[in-house]
Amino acid sequence: MKKVKVYVTLRESVLDPQGSAVMGSLHKMGYDEVQDVRIGKYLELVIGDSERDVDALVDELCNRMLANTVIEDYRYEIEEVVSQ
Amino acid sequence: MKFAVIVFPGSNCDLDMYHAIKDELGEEAEYVWHDTHDLSGYDGILLPGGFSYGDYLRAGAIARFSGVMDEVRKAAEEGKPVLGICNGFQILTEAGLLPGMLMRNKDLKFTCRTVSLKVENAHTLFTNEYKEGEEIRIPVAHGEGNYYCDDATYQHLKDNNQIVFTYAEDFNGSRNNIAGIINERGNVLGMMPHPERAVSDLIGGTDGLPLFRSIVKQWRESHVSHA
Repeated sequence: MKKVKVYVTLRESVLDPQGSAVMGSLHKMGYDEVQDVRIGKYLELVIGDSERDVDALVDELCNRMLANTVIEDYRYEIEEVVSQ
Repeated sequence: MKFAVIVFPGSNCDLDMYHAIKDELGEEAEYVWHDTHDLSGYDGILLPGGFSYGDYLRAGAIARFSGVMDEVRKAAEEGKPVLGICNGFQILTEAGLLPGMLMRNKDLKFTCRTVSLKVENAHTLFTNEYKEGEEIRIPVAHGEGNYYCDDATYQHLKDNNQIVFTYAEDFNGSRNNIAGIINERGNVLGMMPHPERAVSDLIGGTDGLPLFRSIVKQWRESHVSHA
């Protein structure tokens, strides 16, 4: 069994109005050091043992549904889950 | 002419769409649940607005994998008119039937009011009852109608005359004020504004009626020889 942590973020070239609003607010609070805020999504998947290559599977899931690659990028980490 | 109004869990403009077709146009319409696997009996497919699957993940991201979407794709390939309004537009882009993507409005606000649109292309099966360049008043009601596409896609849309409606004034951040686009073949239209909410003076205007009349007119003309 594997746990897959997927991070979906807006592409660099795409404006992130939510991130801009949050950054504006942080600046108003006095946190001038903050130079950029980008808001994304975090998903956790648990993948059961299978014949399929996990990387290929996760890429397929991300490309088909979890991310819209017109405006979003994704990356992921895979952790081995030791059964209790 | 017989229309299918596709109903997803969370659709909420399906009744307005049905009303527009049935009561204002006097054509046939039926509600079709999203797990249907046969649309062969319908001449036109309507994807209404709403919040299918609660807009979870992204607007339209889950609905586009509903069973009926294979049939919608097939209908589009057969050349039948397919019209996606608001959430219907979002579903069509997620499904890859139209290019680009609808993002969060630039001011993060849900905007619900009547806006002015310009008819950029009056030579489509959806707009032949309008005049090119005509300004019409149609309500919008969306939080994610900020149309995005890359430069190459925009150029392609422009070169092929696929931009059908633009907003007279920018309010949601859409690229070049795009409000509605059509596919290359010209039978799949997606738009954020709601023409089905502008079909009677009683509800504030009738500028949406010509859109539905255009579809029916085109269909009748192309089916005369089969009559």
